[in-house]
Amino acid sequence: MLASVWFVLWGLLWAVYFMLGGFDLGLGIMQPLIARSEGDRRMIGQAMGPYWNGNEVWLIAAGGVTFAAFPTTYAVMFSGLYSALMLILFGLILRGIALEFRNQSRSGAWKSLWDACLMVGSFLPAFLLGVAFANIFQGLPIDQDGVFRGTLWTLLNPYGLLGGLLFLLLFVEHGTLWLAVKTTGALHERAGRWAKGLWWALAATAVGFLIATWYATRLYANYLQNPMLFSVPIVLIPAVTVAALFGIRLFAAKNRWGRAWIASAVTIVGATFFGVIGLYPNMLPSNLNPTYSLTVHNAASSPLTLKIMLVVAVIFVPVVIAYQSWAYKLFHHKVSEEDLAYEEAYGQ
Amino acid sequence: MDALLLSRLQFAAATYFHFLFVPLTLGLSILIAVMETRFARSGDEEYRNMARFWGKIFLINFAIGVVTGITLEFQFGTNWSRYSRYVGDIFGSLLAIEATAAFFLESTFIAVWALTWNRLSAKAHAVTIWLVAFASNLSAVWILTANAWMQHPVGYTIRGGRAELTDFFAVVTQPFAWHTILHTLSGAYILSGMFVMGVSAYHLLRRQHVSFFSRSFRMGTVMALIFSVVAVVHGHVQGSEVAKAQPTKLAAMESLWETKQRAPQHLLVIPDAKGERNRLELGAMPGVLSLLAYHDINATVKGLKDFPKEDRPPVTITFLAFRIMIGLGFLFPVLALWAFWKRNRLLESPRLLKVMLYAIPLPYIASQAGWTVTEVGRQPWVVYGVMRTAEAGSPIAPSQVAVSLTAFVVVYSLLGLAAFYLMARHAKQGPAVDVAAS
Repeated sequence: MLASVWFVLWGLLWAVYFMLGGFDLGLGIMQPLIARSEGDRRMIGQAMGPYWNGNEVWLIAAGGVTFAAFPTTYAVMFSGLYSALMLILFGLILRGIALEFRNQSRSGAWKSLWDACLMVGSFLPAFLLGVAFANIFQGLPIDQDGVFRGTLWTLLNPYGLLGGLLFLLLFVEHGTLWLAVKTTGALHERAGRWAKGLWWALAATAVGFLIATWYATRLYANYLQNPMLFSVPIVLIPAVTVAALFGIRLFAAKNRWGRAWIASAVTIVGATFFGVIGLYPNMLPSNLNPTYSLTVHNAASSPLTLKIMLVVAVIFVPVVIAYQSWAYKLFHHKVSEEDLAYEEAYGQ
Repeated sequence: MDALLLSRLQFAAATYFHFLFVPLTLGLSILIAVMETRFARSGDEEYRNMARFWGKIFLINFAIGVVTGITLEFQFGTNWSRYSRYVGDIFGSLLAIEATAAFFLESTFIAVWALTWNRLSAKAHAVTIWLVAFASNLSAVWILTANAWMQHPVGYTIRGGRAELTDFFAVVTQPFAWHTILHTLSGAYILSGMFVMGVSAYHLLRRQHVSFFSRSFRMGTVMALIFSVVAVVHGHVQGSEVAKAQPTKLAAMESLWETKQRAPQHLLVIPDAKGERNRLELGAMPGVLSLLAYHDINATVKGLKDFPKEDRPPVTITFLAFRIMIGLGFLFPVLALWAFWKRNRLLESPRLLKVMLYAIPLPYIASQAGWTVTEVGRQPWVVYGVMRTAEAGSPIAPSQVAVSLTAFVVVYSLLGLAAFYLMARHAKQGPAVDVAAS
């Protein structure tokens, strides 16, 4: 029971990271496409400046909780996906430093270098996290000792690549919407146009992914086999997710960008939960032999650790949400020349 | 080379690099918080300018500390999966608590602090940097508690092929952890104090921004003085803690081969690890090692030869790193005291200023040497007495690790250069607001 609670929290932490980190990853990827001037590029930097660091801690928390609550899953997942994870890490290093260092010098070459790092460093995690999760949904070549019998190329199969593309589009849509919310003028218009255009690609990929999931994974079968357990999620999660996906387009058409972004956030959380709940009780299904799979039961920590962690989570997560919400509110205004002037004056 | 050795090199490189940037953030955040508090109280603009100047250096260090910290957390899974599976129940939970209870706070408020100089009141802005300082140090407390558990595991039982938590309270309250925390934080504060003193000395030698950098210098001096004394006094207590908990590490630190009653301390030793002896031992002070380790001049200290060969750590590295740390550790209070004595006559003390400028790297060397003693001295164990390093690695192809290790070396070198360039440039430039006239 305790392990199952942690399974849901585990999924929730990843989902929150995708929802929050997703928009700054997406913006990092879109920056070279949307920005037409140095002013635009700095506005885009400002649009994520106050948030990206706090957002990334959700990834650290998701990793930490995987380690603490499901050590065996953590061990097999992170060592099995070694090359993909290393690329994700290097991406996160480059983009984090790019965001902090870019404006420390006026040299054009210096700025272009970090712009390139931001783009590549945002693309790698967005795409590869999608590849990794799609492969987890599909099943990994894990043997009886929990050893991953594959390479990076094993992960780059059609369904994995489709998952990568889906994450990429979810994040760039999410980031573009965020930019539309945070800016005014020409940059805002351009962000809005991109968001509307990208939506079609996202919707088509999402439909393709849902169909491919039928053939490539056991998610639907798992839902259908456990109708009692899943009666609520089986109706609710896909319904809400699909509704939210269409909601993005509807709100965007009315230029209600804040609502469109929320719809996009719901889509990301819904999509993550659709996959994660569909895995239950598996965490890392083995496609060599189902009995080798890592499950909520055989991968979990001791009840004492799970209990202590739950107490910590119950106390601190609401506090974290409270002050992060406060920080979001503090910077809720649209970015403007004033922010750029601040940057000049305070050399951030 | 096998995956294990490559993984060890990679973890060592990543940790050393991470800890080049972390200690300064631990102490500097506190100094900045004090500066802002003084500004809030007195309205003296110079304190605000000081906070802004040092704040920029803090941000550069913080950024590198964050991105290199993530890779450390994930490397336990990627390169040390058997370790992670074996001890995740305890070790993993400490890391997860660190993220939830400290790192969120730190990362959220660092952005608030950096972006609200003109929006929050002086008081509120000081509160944000105090939160950052508190959270950074709290973060260190959790991580060091996790490390202390690897050095001296408590509160667990081996069940179902892994270590399971039985007593959380024992893990977080064990004296070994609190000694590690006090020692590491002292080192970080010495480093931060001396960094501020060194950079200030650079400008004072040029007689620019005199009031600004004299104040900074004095603040750094107070921090360095207090904690260099703490480090020396407490270092002795910690040494006896190591003697009890990790006798093999103590023997390697001292290059003591034969078990001895009334064990001496030598002024000069040249270890010969292959020959299991010391090539040279000079200036014996009988009983001093026994006294330091067990508070008893006649106590018996166990030598390396009385431990099975497969349980001994690499002696030469541990021994040398320990000597470097101790030597520098004794130098720091002397320097800090000298500076404190001259604190109101800085401009007339160019020799002091020059020494402090060139002393900037010394606490960095000391803290890296200290971690070398801690981690190399723990070998061949990853968790002392419980799990060997050789059993802890991931079942992965060496080629994968070779590629990632190379990438780490290249990327980290470039990052280090970029950070060094930015910090040096900013430090030399001095405060943006010209306060020399005031």
